[in-house]
Amino acid sequence: MTSPSTQPAASAPVPANLATTVSEIDFSCRLPLLVLFISAAKWLVIGWVFELIASIKFHSPAFLADYSWLTYGRVHAAFANSLTYGFCIQAGLGVVLWLLAQLGSTKLAQRWLVTVGAILWNLGVTVGVIGILIGDSTGFVDLEMPGYSAVLVFIGYLLIALWGVVTFHQRRRRRLCAAHWFLFTALFWFPWIYSSANLLLLVFPVRGVAQAVVAWWFSDNLLVVWLALVGLGALFYFIPKLTGRELHSHYLALFAYWMLILFAGWGGIPNSAPLPAWMPALSTIGTVLFLLGVVAVALNLCETTGCSLSVARGNTFLPFFISGLLAFALAGFLRAGLALFDVNQSLHFTWFGPALKELNLYGFFAMAMFGAIYFIMPRLLGVALPWPKLVRAHFWLSAAGVVLLVLPLLLSGFVEELKLENTNQPFLAVMRSTLPFLRVSTMGDLLLLIGHVLFLANMTGLVVGFYRARAQATYVDLTADLFKTAGARS
Amino acid sequence: MNFGPLIFLAAFFGLTCSWFGFVLTPQFQIGRLEQTNTVPSGTLYPVNRPGLARQGLGIYRANGCAYCHSQQVVQTGTVCDVVLTDAGTNQEPLLVALRKLRPSLSEAEDKDLITGLPKTVRQGLAKDEAQAMVKTLIASGAKASVWIVPVGPDLSRGWGIRRTVAEDFLFDYPVMLGSQRVGPDLANVGVRLADPNWHLSHLYAPRSQVKDSTMPPYRFLFEKRRIEHARSPDALLLPSELAPEPGYEIVTKEEATALVAYLLSLRANEPLFSAPVSVASAAPATTDTNAAPGAVNSATNAPPVK
Repeated sequence: MTSPSTQPAASAPVPANLATTVSEIDFSCRLPLLVLFISAAKWLVIGWVFELIASIKFHSPAFLADYSWLTYGRVHAAFANSLTYGFCIQAGLGVVLWLLAQLGSTKLAQRWLVTVGAILWNLGVTVGVIGILIGDSTGFVDLEMPGYSAVLVFIGYLLIALWGVVTFHQRRRRRLCAAHWFLFTALFWFPWIYSSANLLLLVFPVRGVAQAVVAWWFSDNLLVVWLALVGLGALFYFIPKLTGRELHSHYLALFAYWMLILFAGWGGIPNSAPLPAWMPALSTIGTVLFLLGVVAVALNLCETTGCSLSVARGNTFLPFFISGLLAFALAGFLRAGLALFDVNQSLHFTWFGPALKELNLYGFFAMAMFGAIYFIMPRLLGVALPWPKLVRAHFWLSAAGVVLLVLPLLLSGFVEELKLENTNQPFLAVMRSTLPFLRVSTMGDLLLLIGHVLFLANMTGLVVGFYRARAQATYVDLTADLFKTAGARS
Repeated sequence: MNFGPLIFLAAFFGLTCSWFGFVLTPQFQIGRLEQTNTVPSGTLYPVNRPGLARQGLGIYRANGCAYCHSQQVVQTGTVCDVVLTDAGTNQEPLLVALRKLRPSLSEAEDKDLITGLPKTVRQGLAKDEAQAMVKTLIASGAKASVWIVPVGPDLSRGWGIRRTVAEDFLFDYPVMLGSQRVGPDLANVGVRLADPNWHLSHLYAPRSQVKDSTMPPYRFLFEKRRIEHARSPDALLLPSELAPEPGYEIVTKEEATALVAYLLSLRANEPLFSAPVSVASAAPATTDTNAAPGAVNSATNAPPVK
C-alpha cells in the first residue's frame, strides 16, 4: 500500500500506455466469477426456500413436524448459513476479485485456481448445510456448519483470497483508492476470524461461557465487519462511478475505514450475558463509537450523490447501491441504539435482534451485491442481460420485501418488550401477539423469494445467451466454407 | 517513501484489538474458571451433568432449540426483605417494635405475624433500611435477618431466583445461551417443571400441555409402534384426540429421553457469591423449624418489582 494521500482513481480513465484492455481483464475474471455469482444466486433461492419453511412454522407449528431434518431449528440454521456463506460471502468474494482486477487494470491472477477455490467453497457450504440438516450443527450461531465442512470452506477461501492478494500486488495502476483499503482488508480478515472461531470452538474448545464470547465475537466480525468491508468497498467504487462524480472525500472514507476496523469488531455481546460486566460494557462502547464511521460513510456518499435520490432515476444499478447505503446507515443507528438503551432490558431477546440482522445482511449487503453483479456479469460475458426489465422488478420486489420483512419485526420487538416488562402479561400471550407481525414478514419473505427467482433467471439467461451466441458464431464459422463452395458451384 | 507495510500492520493491529479483547483476554478470566462454592452451604457448584443429560445437550444442539429459547435470566437489581425468624421469649417489646416498623398495619396483623415463624416483616427494602430494621427487631429480643432477593421481570415470571452467571455453564459444550425468546427462558426449567412425563408429552404435542402453544411438535423424537403383548410402561399417556389408533402406542426414542434429562438438569438456582440470593434452606434459623421450605420466600413467591 502507498501512503493514504493518494487520490481516488476509481473514475479516472485508464492510462493509454497500459496494454491490458478492459475486455482482457474481464475475460480473465469470466470463469471464476461465473462460478461464484451463479452459485451465489442458486444459494439465495435455496436459502429462501428454507426460510419460507421456517416462517410457515410460526403460523402452523405442526407443519412438517414429522421430519427431523425439517424441524425449525435446523431449517432456520440452514437458511442463515445459505444466506451468509452461500450468498453473501461468495458474491462478496466475486465482487472483490473483479474490483481488484479492475481498479488495478490487471488481469486476475491464476483464474483456474480461483475457480477451484470457488468450487471447493461451494462443496464446503453444500456439505455444511446438509450437515446442519442431519443434525451436525455446531450449536454456535453463524458458525453452525460442522467442522468437516469448515475445512473445505476455509481452503476454498484461501485459494480465492490468495490470488486476490496477488492480483492486488500485480496492479498496474499503483494509486490506491478508498475501495482498495476496504476490499484488501476484507481478504485478510475472514481467515483470521474463521480460523480463530473454528480452532477455539470446535478443535480445542475453550471452557464454559468463553465459548459464547468467542462465538459472539466471530458473529459480529463476520456480519458487521467483514460484510461492511466488502459492501462499503463496493459502494465507494460504484456510487462515484455510476453517478459520474468524484468521491466527495477520500479522507472521510479512510476515516470511516479506521472507525470500522477499530470499533466495529467489539460489538455483539448483549447486556444480559452471564459474563463479567466489562465485556458487555466494552461491547456497547465499541458499537456506539462505530457510529462515527457510519455517519462518515453516509455523509461522504450522500455528498457524492448530491444528497438526492433523483440520481438513481433511470439508472438500472444505482437504486441497489443507494438503498444499500440507506440500510447500512439505518442498521448502524439501530445497532447503537440497541446497545445503548438495552441496559437491563431485553429488547435484544425480541424480534428486534433478527430484524436488525436481516436489515444489515439483506438490506445493505445483499442489495449492494445485486447491483454489482448485475453490473459485472454482462461485462464478463459480453452479452446484454436477457431481461433488463426484470432487474427493475427485482429491485422493487427486494426493496418492498426488505421493508415488509424488517419493519414489522422491529415494531414487534418494541411491542414485545413493552409487554414483557409488565409481568402480569402471560408470556405465551405476548408471543401470540407478535404473530400478526410475523405474518406480514412472511409476505416480505415471499416477495424476496420471487425477486431471487428473477435474479437467478436473469443470471441463467445471461449464461445461456452467451453460449448460444458462441454456438451460433461457431456454426457460422464452420458453415462459412460450405456456403462459399455452394455459391461457387451455382 | 513507501508506507504500505506500516499502514498494513497498523490496520491489522486495529482489527486484532477486538481479538485480544474478546478472544484472548477472556481465556485468562472466564477461560480458567473453576468450580465454586455455594453460599453459605459451601457445596461445590456446578457439578457436571449426568451422562444422559449430556447426550440430551447434543439433541438440544442438533435441533437448534437455542434459536427460540434463551438460558440467560436477567436481574435488574436486588432488594432486601426483613424476615423474623424467632419471636424470643418476651413478645411485648417486639410488638412495639413491629408497630413502629409497620405503622400501616393493625395490631392483630402484627400478632398474627409472630405466630408460625419465619415470616416476612417487610419486603423490597434497600439494604441499609433492612439492616436498620433488623437491628431494631434484634434489640427487642427477637431474631431477624436480612434476605437478599434479586428482582427483575424475568424473576417475576418465575424463570429463576437469581441471574445466570458464568459458572452455570462451566461444563457444557457447546454453550448455547440463546439470543432470542420465542419461547420462555430455560435456565431453570428443571426446577420449574420437574415432571419428565410433562416434558415428554409437551415435546410430542406441545398443545396437549400448553394451550395455544406456538412450539412446533417434535414427533420425530417418538416412535409409533404396535402394542405386541402389553402396553409399554414408557408409552406416552395422551389425551384421546392425540392418541394413536387402538392397538398402537407412542413410545419415546432415546433422543427424547436424553433431551428431557437435559432439560431437567437445567437448574441454575444455587446461591453463589457472585449472584447472592437467600433461599429457605440456606437461612440457618429456618432449617430447624417445621416450616415448609420456601414458605417465606421462594421462586414461586417472588416479591413485586421494586
